[in-house]
Amino acid sequence: MAQQPQATMAYDEYGRPYIILREQGKKTRTHGLEAIRSHILAARTVANIVRTSLGPRGLDKILISPDGDITVTNDGATILGQMEVEHQIAKLLVQLSKSQDDEIGDGTTGVVVLAGALLEQSEELLDRGIHPIRIADGFEKACAVAVKELDRIADEVEFTPSNTENLLKTAMTSLGSKIVSKAHQHFAQIAVDAVLAVADLQRKDVPFDLIKVTGKVGGSLADTSLVKGVVIDKEMSHPQMPRTVRDARIAILTCPFEPPRPKTKHKLEIGSVEEYRKLQAYEKGKFEDMIKRVKDAGANLVICQWGFDDEANSLLMANDLPSVRWVGGPEIELIAIATHGRIVPRFEDLSAEKLGKAGLVKEIAFGTTRDKMIVIEECANSKAVTILVRGSNKMIVDEAKRALHDALCVVRNLVVNNRVVYGGGAAEISCSLAVSKAADEIPSIEQYAMRAFASALDSIPLALAENSGFSPIETLTEVKSRQVTEANPRLGIDCNGRGENDMKKQFVYDPLISKRQQYLLATQMVRAILKIDDVITAGSMDE
Amino acid sequence: MSVNIFADEATEERAESARLSSFVGATALGDIVKSTLGPKGMNKILQSGSTGTVNVTNDGATILKSIQLDNPAAKILVNISKVQDDEIGDGTTSVCVLTAELLREAERLVNSKVHPQTIVEGFRLACIEALKALESSAVDNRSDAARFRQDLFNIARTTLSSKVLSADKEYFANLAVDAVLRLKGSTDLDHVQVIKKVGGKLTDSYLDEGFIMDKSIGVNCPKRMENAKILIANTSMDTDKIKIFGARVTVDSTGKLAELERAERAKMAAKVKSIAGLGINVFVNRQLVYNYPENLLAEMGIMSIEHADFEGVERLALVTGGDVVSTFEGAEAGKVRLGKCDLVEEIMIGEDKLIKFSGVAAGSACTVVLRGSTTQMVDEAERSLHDALSVLSQTVLETRTVLGGGCAETTMAVAVERLASQTSGKRALAVEAFARALRQIPTILADNAGLDSSELVAQLRAVHFASPPQKDAGLNLDLGEVADMRKLGVTESYKLKRQVVTSAGEAAEMILRVDTILRSAPRRRDAH
Repeated sequence: MAQQPQATMAYDEYGRPYIILREQGKKTRTHGLEAIRSHILAARTVANIVRTSLGPRGLDKILISPDGDITVTNDGATILGQMEVEHQIAKLLVQLSKSQDDEIGDGTTGVVVLAGALLEQSEELLDRGIHPIRIADGFEKACAVAVKELDRIADEVEFTPSNTENLLKTAMTSLGSKIVSKAHQHFAQIAVDAVLAVADLQRKDVPFDLIKVTGKVGGSLADTSLVKGVVIDKEMSHPQMPRTVRDARIAILTCPFEPPRPKTKHKLEIGSVEEYRKLQAYEKGKFEDMIKRVKDAGANLVICQWGFDDEANSLLMANDLPSVRWVGGPEIELIAIATHGRIVPRFEDLSAEKLGKAGLVKEIAFGTTRDKMIVIEECANSKAVTILVRGSNKMIVDEAKRALHDALCVVRNLVVNNRVVYGGGAAEISCSLAVSKAADEIPSIEQYAMRAFASALDSIPLALAENSGFSPIETLTEVKSRQVTEANPRLGIDCNGRGENDMKKQFVYDPLISKRQQYLLATQMVRAILKIDDVITAGSMDE
Repeated sequence: MSVNIFADEATEERAESARLSSFVGATALGDIVKSTLGPKGMNKILQSGSTGTVNVTNDGATILKSIQLDNPAAKILVNISKVQDDEIGDGTTSVCVLTAELLREAERLVNSKVHPQTIVEGFRLACIEALKALESSAVDNRSDAARFRQDLFNIARTTLSSKVLSADKEYFANLAVDAVLRLKGSTDLDHVQVIKKVGGKLTDSYLDEGFIMDKSIGVNCPKRMENAKILIANTSMDTDKIKIFGARVTVDSTGKLAELERAERAKMAAKVKSIAGLGINVFVNRQLVYNYPENLLAEMGIMSIEHADFEGVERLALVTGGDVVSTFEGAEAGKVRLGKCDLVEEIMIGEDKLIKFSGVAAGSACTVVLRGSTTQMVDEAERSLHDALSVLSQTVLETRTVLGGGCAETTMAVAVERLASQTSGKRALAVEAFARALRQIPTILADNAGLDSSELVAQLRAVHFASPPQKDAGLNLDLGEVADMRKLGVTESYKLKRQVVTSAGEAAEMILRVDTILRSAPRRRDAH
């Protein structure tokens, strides 16, 4: 953009200049239509980056961090989160996909593509001289129509804990675009099993903190497994402790096996031999006391958040108390929940009923490099589960973890609300039809904005068709006309070339709340961008 | 109008150029390591830029680790070879070469306008088929101990044949098999200690049934102890500190200080006494033993060994069957398990003094002493031996074996080619490409041996396709002919081959799916 003198000066009737906004060289300002136009361009650039990741045949991106570490991913939120974006509006889009991720967990790419398309459409309207606010209002109206249409075409999927086929199909849709589609069925099943294991179907609540996803490189994706219990990346503290504990009663401690360390600042002065001996005896007594308390409570396994020194370690061994040290905070909580144990902060508080119970605790070894993990199975509370992701390299394990997270979210959303719309762009096409029909009934300028909204919705099926290697416009028009003539809102883009456009028959579902959230978030965001007419960047301070 | 949304120096590569950069990176890396593949592969010298240390090696993982890379696809390749090293220990070159070959084939397909996802689809089908063929060709000799040992021996020999130890492979293969069989199914290779001493020749290396520790015996201590009763400890034998936080000594006169010092000494003496009270004659500590307690122990005729490292202590505990203990007071003589062995003595290897524990009761650990003419030689020998030991220890768990010399690859390629002829659609092209990539492995083997690879691989394929097929046929690289691998005893671990194919498939798929590379600006480091 040319650095013309910006509206920083005004002239009075005698031609004398007033300085309104002080030009300090480093302070820059864009305003008016110019600002909006540049925002739209930035947003479109961002949307174009993730656009090619959309759909089952979308492709991945490699992201290189400042330190040269590599992430390979297909997840919109991750791509946007990790690329180094400087532009203000681009940052807003990054936020947008993040909030979709936090709220729903899936559809992070779709929401950005939609927002980009909306802005692209609004640029044309601006060229025609329509005021940005009128455009925003029109989008808002159109969005309301689209959401209503979503409600109308939404189907309910039935599932029971014994019949999870529909959940499985939905999880497969979510995983279809990721690299784990290599072991498609396997991963979908794991996601469904994990969610159903922790879900409270009466209250329709899925506590996510009970599902832990850990990864370990080695093996292949198909070796990924669901453990009904907790897996922690630690080993027994002493090499000669037993590797397997059956019927474990676990003391979960957040106090170190060390002499007490009063929190108040103090000085302990040793002035005589007498005192020295006493202290020595006290210290020894303290260790024995700790062990005794653990023993008395009836524990046969100690999980400790802190470390213990060699002396305590040896004493634990001598007293047949296998133990695990340096277990992190979230993990220790998970163990406590899973085993129905209580986290004990002081040895004095230990008692039999505060111990956690698990049927089997074992240490397993991987590969040739002494990598070990502790698996706690057959827990008292069967709800906590861990997914152990395997894969042939670090990047694939990380990407599989992200994909699983998305799939877990989708299944959870269905458990919370079992209404779905059809994927493959079917929902977008129906909404687009509904919006353009509604537009004709609007007497004011917003009509144009609503038509623009309808074309923006079309961009999702267009991108899907494009990524799948079809001629985009041809495919879209064909499906669109069929939707109208057959009055069938389930028709979408046949991305995998199976020769079937009915998404119900292909089992491509998306949760209703996810789609609705996408529309609402994208519209809100576009409205916010259209309302900005002035950007003032304060220059960096002189050094 | 253009808007730059990225930070300064952050770059974006898209579509064709992104794909080109990953293909080029991956194939270039494959080409670097491919000349080391097989029994006739060559070595590489790695010279460190900062210190100038020279490293001669044939091990794929070691080579790849030392190359400074800036290409993302190449980094993925390095990572899979590292994982292969951690999982199996060998096959690090093969996995890298196979991935590079897959990508080379894929590049050709992408250039002829096949969608990357279609290629991925074809590769997946091919990968499944290849693994099926591999599994059906695998042989399991677990039930027959003698034949199983022969299998292990053959695997070790095959692995070692491509390394520096190839001249004495029979000797080292036996050595490795013995060492692994002593582990009794454990995969913890730390229990096999490798001591490297420069000097002598490679065949002077030996496996010691007992345990050798690269430490010295304390001064004034007896240097030889028969019927040793060993206490393995991890305790501080300097001054036994008061551990209570914040405790410190303040005295008002030197007299009191002297008293305190006496008390400290008395405490140590008491500790030593309780240690001696356990009825031991050898005391091994992980930490330092100061002069005073060492002296006391020597007076009681107890041999003390200080500063044995963590693995040393752990291994010693395993070998002699004792516990590692840190508390002694109040422990009755019967309760602490002491390690036992017939003889502890100081021995000389080359010019160094080491301690040898021989005649141990339960031995699941052992020591290999490696000798060689130069440091590089010994280092490379250690890496080769480590590879062999790793593969063997994994084979003890997964006992199936397949044939080497390009036989397993050709078997898979044949199965994949059959699949290609039955597959419809563009995927078939990718399936066929997968078979071609697999056939590259015997081709490279033959190339490295200086043989007419096109002729040999064509012959090999023909006998595999013949009816009845000669399923055991592979390349005899010494004579340059197609031969029966089972008769030659060229065997490889099934788990190794399976991991190579799955890893290469997954990595190729991952790189193939990429269409954009977003690079952040490199983190600035201050000049000072």
